[in-house]
Amino acid sequence: MSKIIKIDDLVYQYKREEQLEPVSAVDHVSIDIEQGSFTAIIGKNGSGKSTLAKNINALLLPSGGAVYVKGYNTMDESKLWEIRQAAGMVFQNPDNQLVSSIVEDDVAFGPENMGIEPGEIRRRVDDSLYSVNMYEERKKAPHLLSGGQKQRIAIAGVIAMRPECIILDEPTAMLDPHGRYEVMEIIEKLHKEGITILLITHFMEEAARADRIIIMDEGTVALDGTPSEVFGHAEEIKAMNLDVPFAVDLAHRLRKRGIEIPEGIISTEEMVDYITCRFK
Amino acid sequence: MQIQVKNLTHIYSEGMPYESVALTDISFEIEKGEFVGIIGHTGSGKSTLIQHLNGLLKPKTGKILIDGIDITGKDVKMRDIRRQIGLVFQYPEYQLFEETVHRDVAFGPLNLGLSQEQADERVVEAIGLVGLNYEEIADRSPFELSGGQKRRVAIAGVIAMKPEILILDEPTAGLDPKAHSDILKMIERIHSVENNTIILVSHNMGDIAKLSDKVLVMDRGKLALTGTPSEVFRQADLLESLGLGLPPSTVLMRELNSRGISVSLDILTMEAAEEELYRILKTAK
Repeated sequence: MSKIIKIDDLVYQYKREEQLEPVSAVDHVSIDIEQGSFTAIIGKNGSGKSTLAKNINALLLPSGGAVYVKGYNTMDESKLWEIRQAAGMVFQNPDNQLVSSIVEDDVAFGPENMGIEPGEIRRRVDDSLYSVNMYEERKKAPHLLSGGQKQRIAIAGVIAMRPECIILDEPTAMLDPHGRYEVMEIIEKLHKEGITILLITHFMEEAARADRIIIMDEGTVALDGTPSEVFGHAEEIKAMNLDVPFAVDLAHRLRKRGIEIPEGIISTEEMVDYITCRFK
Repeated sequence: MQIQVKNLTHIYSEGMPYESVALTDISFEIEKGEFVGIIGHTGSGKSTLIQHLNGLLKPKTGKILIDGIDITGKDVKMRDIRRQIGLVFQYPEYQLFEETVHRDVAFGPLNLGLSQEQADERVVEAIGLVGLNYEEIADRSPFELSGGQKRRVAIAGVIAMKPEILILDEPTAGLDPKAHSDILKMIERIHSVENNTIILVSHNMGDIAKLSDKVLVMDRGKLALTGTPSEVFRQADLLESLGLGLPPSTVLMRELNSRGISVSLDILTMEAAEEELYRILKTAK
């Protein structure tokens, strides 16, 4: 498989007041992201995960090391459009990223800026809206939609640029349970269609749905592996001020009391299957 | 009865093209010292409802009695109501504005007419109650703190007014897991120290189940269900039809039951789930 994103010894420093040393928000991080993969990035606030994400689509540029998207170095200003088009970004607050007063105009904003001809824009807008199940709402004003619907419009706006990779920075943090469910369903659907997904989240149940989890701590990669590999380190994860999924926590508590439960149980369904097996 | 809401109805933009009924015939009661959870999907009327409780919005029809006094009445002094009922909005850290943490927290008490000395005492107490170190933080700018710290300073600003009723609108939204659990512990601490009534709006069913004495479920401007957490979370199908979920421990127990494993369905917390599974698994081979 090819690597759509290569992060090579990335350092990103925020400047502070003159007399103080700059702070490294990302500190010598090297990660490759496979084309078509679904990676979740978790870490407490200030661990450097959003800074890392913004370095991937050149919203921030490295202080040291390099980031390559589809082989383009993000420092190469002449390739900025190619990079942003290849790796689209969705942010936490849906109200801060919708620009138009009509849903379909908002989705058309990206392709219009890319100079695509009108007929093709129409096709892309319709396809994108179908893809996030918002075609029926295309004539509505975004402020009349629910949070989950607004986030799906923001995602449609990114899809309309036909990116190979979508980076989502806590897209469900401000949503209710139903809105979270809707957005996660769309993310999984896009992944199945072959789009590379990078999901930054504080919800461990969401991270558990990825193929790979990267845990950031103090600007570095603390753990990197499949969900069952990563969540096998429950104690370490808690020491980093993070949580583990409900089933992992429960299994851990029961093991401490001498109940035998195999490692690698991540989801509630797996827990139910295991317990049911024990009673058969 | 400390709070009595009777037949409350609210209409936004009445007489305008976008007129919409936000609350329809809501009635409930809250006892002094109760911990009440409010759940409901986005747009179900939760925020509209709590804004009525401290007089920010006036109902179209209906009454809101606080200690027997109807706060929808014309001759009620808003300052008295807001002294009694503190409201912490969503993302309250956006409302920080002063140069130092101390001055920000002191703003409310000073506006209530307290002397500088009295206000200073309140500030020290409130900052301690939200779990921050007064000496370390008092003279710093609130804008250079972490997200979780900023939120606690904002909450301290409301607590410093010593409200008898504290309303928190999604106080853990957007926080990382550690900051989330810190805020929850802080709310429990405030409740036990101040003995006040707490109304918590949240999308986290686990938190609501764990903390609340009573749960109000909102749906499209109506009160769909009220009861103790175990009464409410027993109505799994209804909650799902309202776009809401169940606490994760309750989901697990229901799944096990549907697969023929006999476990209690009245399980709402991690601790209770652990005990129940320990009970059935310790004897399994």
